[in-house]
Amino acid sequence: MPDSTSDAHRTAGASEGHELPPDAREPYDLAVIGAGPAGLAGAVTAAEHGLSVALLDSARQPGGQFYRHPAPATRAARPEALHHDWPAFADLRDRLKAGGVTCLFDHHVWTVAREAEDDWTIHALTEPPGDQQHSVRVRARAILLATGSYERQLPFPGWTLPGVVGAGGAQAMLKSGLVLPGRRVVVAGSGPLLLAVAGSLVTAGAEVPALVEASSYFRYTRHPRALAAQPRKLTEGAHHAEALLRHRVRPRTRHAVTEAHGTDRVEAVTVSRLDHEWHPIPGTERRIDCDALAVGHGLIPQIDLATALGCATRRTADGTHALALSPLQETSLRGLWSAGETSGVGGAQQAMAEGELAALAAASRLTGRRPAPLPHLRSLRRSRDRMNAFADAMAVTHAPGPGWTRWLTDETDVCRCEEVPAGRVREAVTEYGARDARSAKLLTRAGMGWCQGRVCGWAVSCLASSPDTAPTHAGAQTSAPDRRPLATPVPLGVLADLTSPDRQPASPPPASDLPPHPPTEGQPS
Amino acid sequence: MKPTDLVGATPGPPFTITFDGRRLDALPGQSIAAVLWAAGILSWRITRGGGRPRGAFCGIGQCHDCLATVNGRPNRRACLVTARPGDTVTTQEGNGHAGFDE
Repeated sequence: MPDSTSDAHRTAGASEGHELPPDAREPYDLAVIGAGPAGLAGAVTAAEHGLSVALLDSARQPGGQFYRHPAPATRAARPEALHHDWPAFADLRDRLKAGGVTCLFDHHVWTVAREAEDDWTIHALTEPPGDQQHSVRVRARAILLATGSYERQLPFPGWTLPGVVGAGGAQAMLKSGLVLPGRRVVVAGSGPLLLAVAGSLVTAGAEVPALVEASSYFRYTRHPRALAAQPRKLTEGAHHAEALLRHRVRPRTRHAVTEAHGTDRVEAVTVSRLDHEWHPIPGTERRIDCDALAVGHGLIPQIDLATALGCATRRTADGTHALALSPLQETSLRGLWSAGETSGVGGAQQAMAEGELAALAAASRLTGRRPAPLPHLRSLRRSRDRMNAFADAMAVTHAPGPGWTRWLTDETDVCRCEEVPAGRVREAVTEYGARDARSAKLLTRAGMGWCQGRVCGWAVSCLASSPDTAPTHAGAQTSAPDRRPLATPVPLGVLADLTSPDRQPASPPPASDLPPHPPTEGQPS
Repeated sequence: MKPTDLVGATPGPPFTITFDGRRLDALPGQSIAAVLWAAGILSWRITRGGGRPRGAFCGIGQCHDCLATVNGRPNRRACLVTARPGDTVTTQEGNGHAGFDE
């Protein structure tokens, strides 16, 4: 049968050596999207409770971003050297190898369709080695969405220069590719990820002349109970702090990189002191020479697959949109569960607890049996709730202040894909009455490019949320989250084939004939 | 300490790919973006509006800033594509199809 299932299974067999259980047939009981801490915990838990499980991820191996690690071909003997709490991942990976989960790696999910109450179809693009890119469908009775998050960026002059990279991006390239963006790397932005990034960079041989944090960590002390309930978080923080101390890197709080200098690549940055609203204080600018800048301002839940289905969302303490979930991790759509950063950014431990809880809830629904002793369920929920409280404290501490928009000049590109400068977005607001990111997008093309607004979306929302283009609060992004039917660029040929009765044409059109999007005609959004 | 030493990597012998005709050493398992970074190359795309250089930014396949032309095929995300012996990578200009629609 030349359908997607057999193709997909061959791919699974080729990656990481996971064997397809002979009795596995679609529809799967549970399809898990995302093989990071939440998805892995969910997939192995569900399989251990007797469900047939498909696990899809865009990467070629499990781990997600937190446990991203070098490809097997690098034969890394000590991948844990760049990680905190590697044993937790090793445990999940071992349980995954024990079987029961069909692993579909290198599968980029571009949409999820709900056919009926307990009948879901996942559409994913894949490109097995030596084969052409094509779309496969995976059917399941229930879904666990564990797509994690991506980095929030606040633009500033010079941020499009080569050598300016996401803080998480520098971390990702180091963890998997074993490379550094430069020798002298300034780390800047806001949030606990910066400590981990700076710690990794110095451990891997880079010099970090400055670690620049826009918030003040002293604000954590305003949440003593949330903090005290999280000894593991404190250990993780201490782990990074120790590496930084050893390399004499001291975080400079209440400062920001407000400009990057250079012509064809970054050569230096300007660091400015910030007031409590993140306005740069004139006269405090200092220039620091560097050959790379790793920058990011926290993480944004990746919820596009769910918002396209109409799932309810909630605003997080730092102004992003996350999925609104039941106490047992179910979204507003019955049969669609979610775990990890999609419900609010809280780190790997929280993600694993949520993944397990979601899988137990799904198993209970699908089998009609209680899958775990009540005390265990209660303890999981308590632990998750404590971690949620800590995550909220973190989010409040590192929420961007409204003054960050003062870093921008009218010439600063806000949308990197479509090269839309801040001045054009401001003009859309003051001259044409745009009041939200969507109107600004339609007027300026900001957010209409390849990345689908993931990089500039938050910034454009801030610029568009107030008539005087100076939002009064970090949480000023009042508009609903973006709803986009496609979560990743899809060749037009794949969409055309959806109407064909033959689900997988013998020879799909080469994807190279088409750009990911028709760049001059916009894209569905 | 180099990152490869830190994790105790003992990959097979390096192989060669080319970038705009320049020969670069690649390690088995590295993405094309990683091979370029390892050679000190940070940009391999020219934007279609301002003609500005770009390279890897998010490192995880989200931002599409690292698009490159690989073996003649444009719009490949260099941070996601694993380098293979003999790969020919060229700087991508604009949308990668400039020769056809201009």
